Amino acid sequence: MSEASTNNPAHAPKTSLLASDARTKRRETAEKRFRMYGIAAIAVGLFFLIVLAVTIVRSGLPAFTSAVVDIEFTLTEVQFDEAEGTVFKTKAYQGFFNAALAERLQAADFDVAFDEKAIERLLGKTGGTIREFFRANPDKLGEPVSFELPASSRVDGYFKGRVTRDTLVDSRFLQVSDLDIVDAMVDAGVIKTVFNWNFVTGADTGVDNPGGAGIGASVIGSFFMMLVVLVLSLPIGVAASIYLEEFAPQNRFTDLIEVNISNLAAVPSIVFGILGLAVFIQFMHLPQSAPLVGGLVLTLMTLPTIIISTRASLKAVPPSIREAALGVGASKMQTVFHHVLPLAMPGILTGTIIGLAQALGETAPLLLIGMVGFVARGYPDGVVSGFLDPNSAMPAQIYTWAARADAGFYEKAWGGIIILLLFLLAMNILAIILRRRFERRW
Amino acid sequence: MPIFWLITGVLAIACIGYVLGHRRAMASAGGNLRRLHSLPSYYGLNVVLKSIVPALGLTILWLLLQPIFVSNAVSGMIPDNEIPFGSSRGLVMTEVVRTAKGLNQAVAAGEITEATAQNRNTSVDDLTDALKSAGAVVTSTLTAPVMTAAQAYREVSRKGYLGMSALVLLVATVGALWALRETHPDFRARNVVEQGIRALLIGAASIAVLTTLGIVLSLIFNTVEFFRLYPASDFFFGLEWAPSFSGRGGASQLGVIPLLWGTFYISIVALVVAVPVGLFAAIYLSEYATPTTRAIAKPLLEILAGIPTIVYGLFALLTVGPLLVSVFGAGGALGVNWQGGGRAVMTAGLVMGIMLIPFVSSLSDDIINAVPQALRDGSYGLGATQSETIKQVVLPAALPGIVGAILLAASRAIGETMIVVLGAGAAARLDLNPFEAMTTVTAKIVSQLTGDSDFASPEALVAFALGMTLFVLTLILNVVALYIVRTYREQYD
Repeated sequence: MSEASTNNPAHAPKTSLLASDARTKRRETAEKRFRMYGIAAIAVGLFFLIVLAVTIVRSGLPAFTSAVVDIEFTLTEVQFDEAEGTVFKTKAYQGFFNAALAERLQAADFDVAFDEKAIERLLGKTGGTIREFFRANPDKLGEPVSFELPASSRVDGYFKGRVTRDTLVDSRFLQVSDLDIVDAMVDAGVIKTVFNWNFVTGADTGVDNPGGAGIGASVIGSFFMMLVVLVLSLPIGVAASIYLEEFAPQNRFTDLIEVNISNLAAVPSIVFGILGLAVFIQFMHLPQSAPLVGGLVLTLMTLPTIIISTRASLKAVPPSIREAALGVGASKMQTVFHHVLPLAMPGILTGTIIGLAQALGETAPLLLIGMVGFVARGYPDGVVSGFLDPNSAMPAQIYTWAARADAGFYEKAWGGIIILLLFLLAMNILAIILRRRFERRW
Repeated sequence: MPIFWLITGVLAIACIGYVLGHRRAMASAGGNLRRLHSLPSYYGLNVVLKSIVPALGLTILWLLLQPIFVSNAVSGMIPDNEIPFGSSRGLVMTEVVRTAKGLNQAVAAGEITEATAQNRNTSVDDLTDALKSAGAVVTSTLTAPVMTAAQAYREVSRKGYLGMSALVLLVATVGALWALRETHPDFRARNVVEQGIRALLIGAASIAVLTTLGIVLSLIFNTVEFFRLYPASDFFFGLEWAPSFSGRGGASQLGVIPLLWGTFYISIVALVVAVPVGLFAAIYLSEYATPTTRAIAKPLLEILAGIPTIVYGLFALLTVGPLLVSVFGAGGALGVNWQGGGRAVMTAGLVMGIMLIPFVSSLSDDIINAVPQALRDGSYGLGATQSETIKQVVLPAALPGIVGAILLAASRAIGETMIVVLGAGAAARLDLNPFEAMTTVTAKIVSQLTGDSDFASPEALVAFALGMTLFVLTLILNVVALYIVRTYREQYD
């Protein structure tokens, strides 16, 4: 046999440990390819994350700035009396303002003709604001006063590139010729972009005024809702976990509770909305759109999350702690409340904060209990009204804006998302700090 | 806010009770702690528990039941001929309750005095004017009997709340006094308090069961009501979804099949995106990645799961939709005209897939990590490469768990609401083109239950039947998934 093989050396494959044959090469390429798939998958995931982040920031940041006309302007007492004497008082003030604006533009050597209508399209009715100011501060008459008047949302859009000369169609809101005035005002330094505090602190407006819409009122709504969720879900969740983890006997009832909790954790959030609508609003007649109802629904939704994380942190407390406490004569209840619970507290708080963050971003159940389409025009007056009066919540407000026809609201929706994500980020960072700072390894 | 003050009152009684119980226990032992059975604070807590728990329990029960009793008492006041054609007693009662609330508002705003508001002889027109100027909602069906009923409703409610406050405070006081009487050195206060706390813990744990019960009951009652108005066979087998907008029923076609088709189509697109990406990411992270890569990439991927769904919804509506139209739409980059508008199955499915990536990847990651190292070592020992080991040893071992994870992701996809509400469109269609707008069960639940529809019409009630369908579907998926995951885990433990 050995002779046969030595006689046909050409047929024997050359095998060397150093040079790999075709099959090994194929296997190695397969190996590399497989690895590449994994890297590609992660890259795809991260790519989506980056696209999402860039989209949010790029589309949302403009919501935080707005174009204002900044003009210094003197109203004499004579003019004041004259204006107050006319029939259309605000119109008279508008006249004074337009004159001042024309003077200002001419002083800067820009010769643009404009009429009252054009200014109205650009700035809205300015007379009212000016009249109110001087009626409230009559001592300012005769002195130069500087006004910051917000430009209309379409002019604002022109600044942010949402409205361009090519896409603009002449309408009663804005005409292409008006943009010449805007350009002149920019060159004269009359219009400038400032931080839009109104967006952060203000309330929602009607469908026709995207410029004035703010998210502040719905932040308050969300705050009251989270207060309800925190006050209810933390004690109930901790109590339920203590029972299941420390006291529950092995029986049917305990099994029933356990199965229910794990199922509730996976029930779609919209079903909780249906529950809230049927039980809290139809059956118990609680007020619609109230943060209290929203809080109750979100509590039921958050409870499984909090129970699951609380049980995990109770389980992490070593049995020796319990045995030591029982050994020195503590009752079972004292052991749990005096020793186990304090040690598990950081974990419980971390879980609760993460549960709250989830609840804060949840929208679907809020749609069903009427927190959408509702125009939150102002802040609630007082604590009771904060819980019971109709209000919006941040995600519901974002949805309302996204559902409106005017593209000016889309910018607000993205801006709202930035604020919502900032809150979520803060909560998660707090949770991470708590975990890092207080977590114990046994 | 009387209830706020009521609760404050109960808490005050409990606080005083604690101090008294504590003192009384010490006094009964002659100031000698050792003669007491329990620590004095337990005697105090005993008083607190016995005053607070029955009182607050009674408050909650009363608040739940009062509206029902009051409605029953008042609805008898409305004669049958006052109920408009096509309406029901329930709807008129809603009107009564709304008017009663409006009167409260008007009195609070100072438009009318309490006496005028309750005076049966005040004309309806005057009251209506007051309601209007107080900013309350006034409809054309506000008639004299409704106004009288509303006044009666307010009267009965006011008496009810007064009675409740008196009774609750009484119960709290009696409870506290009873517990104080019990206080003597041989009373086993700690055992009693611990029993009480244990009962409270059980009560808290039962809330999960109550929630499920609440979900199931509210779905079942309303679904049965719906099937009384609309045949069940038409709902389950109907191929058309066309609710009439009048809210009066009649011409509505409420077949669930197109909605289910949309739901499944979008979920399938989402899973086609999420499963390969998530699975390969999980494999790479658990088998290949260095600890540093893993520590960076895993949390970054999981950020995707922490982003609220409204963000994805907006992303679908405003970014992905227009992008897809610019590629697949008329005059797009590919020169095909498949997609008409931004809202489409593809838009919603793609974005939902992104949302599900971390869901699939972290569940699969856990499962792959649970496969014992010995299996891998055995495979390496036979000369297999790493990828061969993964494909032929690790994945088959982890397969049941991965299937479970995919099922859980599918249940998420079916129940997802915001992405489809914003990204998928509103038209129910049975179509194969993934660039067509379709709608889902969740999106229709939202659209049927928001707005001013009345809850007695089949158009609104159908949402509960849809909710029931959704609940049952996701429940089955979850149970099967959990079953598979659990059976699998037992193999290696």
